[in-house]
Amino acid sequence: MRVSTGAACAALLRRDLLLAWRRRGDIAMPVLYALIVATLFPFALGPEEALLQRIAGGVILVTVLLAMLLALDAMFRGDIEDGSLEQLLLAPQPLALMLAIRILAHWITTALPLIIISPLLAGMLHLPTPVMGVLVVALLLATPLLSLIGAILVALTAGTRRSGMLLALMLLPLCVPVVIFAAGAVAAAQQGLPWIAPIAWLGAALVLALVLAPLACAAALRIALDA
Amino acid sequence: MANWIPTWLHRLGSPPTFYRFAGIVRPWALALALITGAIAAYGGLVLAPADYQQGDAYRIIFIHVPSAWMSLFIYFAMGVAAFIALVWRIKLAEVVAMESAPIGAAFTFITLVSGSLWGKPMWGTWWTWDARLTSELVLLFLYLGVIGLFHSFEDRRQGARAAAFLALIGVVNVPIVHFSVNWWNTLHQGSTVRLMGPSHIDARMLWPLLTMMLATKCYYVASLFGRVRADLVAMESGKDWVKALAVEETA
Repeated sequence: MRVSTGAACAALLRRDLLLAWRRRGDIAMPVLYALIVATLFPFALGPEEALLQRIAGGVILVTVLLAMLLALDAMFRGDIEDGSLEQLLLAPQPLALMLAIRILAHWITTALPLIIISPLLAGMLHLPTPVMGVLVVALLLATPLLSLIGAILVALTAGTRRSGMLLALMLLPLCVPVVIFAAGAVAAAQQGLPWIAPIAWLGAALVLALVLAPLACAAALRIALDA
Repeated sequence: MANWIPTWLHRLGSPPTFYRFAGIVRPWALALALITGAIAAYGGLVLAPADYQQGDAYRIIFIHVPSAWMSLFIYFAMGVAAFIALVWRIKLAEVVAMESAPIGAAFTFITLVSGSLWGKPMWGTWWTWDARLTSELVLLFLYLGVIGLFHSFEDRRQGARAAAFLALIGVVNVPIVHFSVNWWNTLHQGSTVRLMGPSHIDARMLWPLLTMMLATKCYYVASLFGRVRADLVAMESGKDWVKALAVEETA
């Protein structure tokens, strides 16, 4: 029985979201991590509002990046352990499309909660309220980019044992442009300068990644699961 | 007509043939590297005149620039070898790519350190986050990522393919490093030595620089061939040709 590609995508999305919902405590983990890390900065640097305001945008972006980094490892691990990832590789539907759905489900369960609490983090670090909108837009564009690039690298290390720190070492250099542009947009908005240019760059990069990253992720997964 | 070129390249893909070839080339490459390095060092440190602005402190350029050039060149060579390894699954290409990574990382490190030592007297700071320095640092992290990923796999060939894939993803950074001084307003000096058109540098400073670039290239070849030979023997240790080597060495 040949299932249509659309039905397969919907089924995979439903499965991933359902699995995440069944362990919805895990959804809270990156959120709590981000909250705690964001609160560490006032402890470390002192509660002076002017200082916190200047670093708020960058701190939130780095915190979200690190939270997503920690959560990326779980993208494929469960499915490798019980063998369903190999079944996905053998499926007649294009693997890149299936992995794009997987990345989407991961973004919904990991990054979306972070974006929802980002105004709270911004408030804690005294980011001015008008800038919060730009922060959310920047995060809406930056987090899918991080998910997509991170998915390629997680696929490369799929199945290897000590992948946590190695993933960070590989992912962070490639995420440097994303962080620069997203934080640049927030900083520009904070100074009252036009902020649409870095956002446009992020959008362009996101479109490129949406097309190419699932293909690269499929290739990386095949390399990693070859043996 | 020139069929001997692809035939020769094809034969070089075989480990025992490459082992013999590299064994012959390596001493010559090393000797050439040492000789040209000595000539370049003499030309740069003794013969070249002092800079009108920086005095004698500019002479670190004869280490800094060739190392920087090599850090980019080796990454590109690693990328080419990685591409061949992924597309055609040639074992030797995997070995060349993986053994190039530590050499490239070393040159990148030398570039960053020598640049930092140069920057303190000239710019007043050990480091600045301008485009070229930042992208060169990212290049170092990419090298380290490739090395780390390769060593995290138990199966060498699978690890080499995964690390080759990562190297190819990172190759986009090489033009960024090179063109960073053109695309952004940087503290780092713009391009002085040109491939096409006149170079904005005194000829007495240019020839030691180019000679040192040749020396570092020869060093890369010598170092790479030595590493690849060692790796081939380790990888193919059960095969007949390695056993024959061991016997003839002890005989």
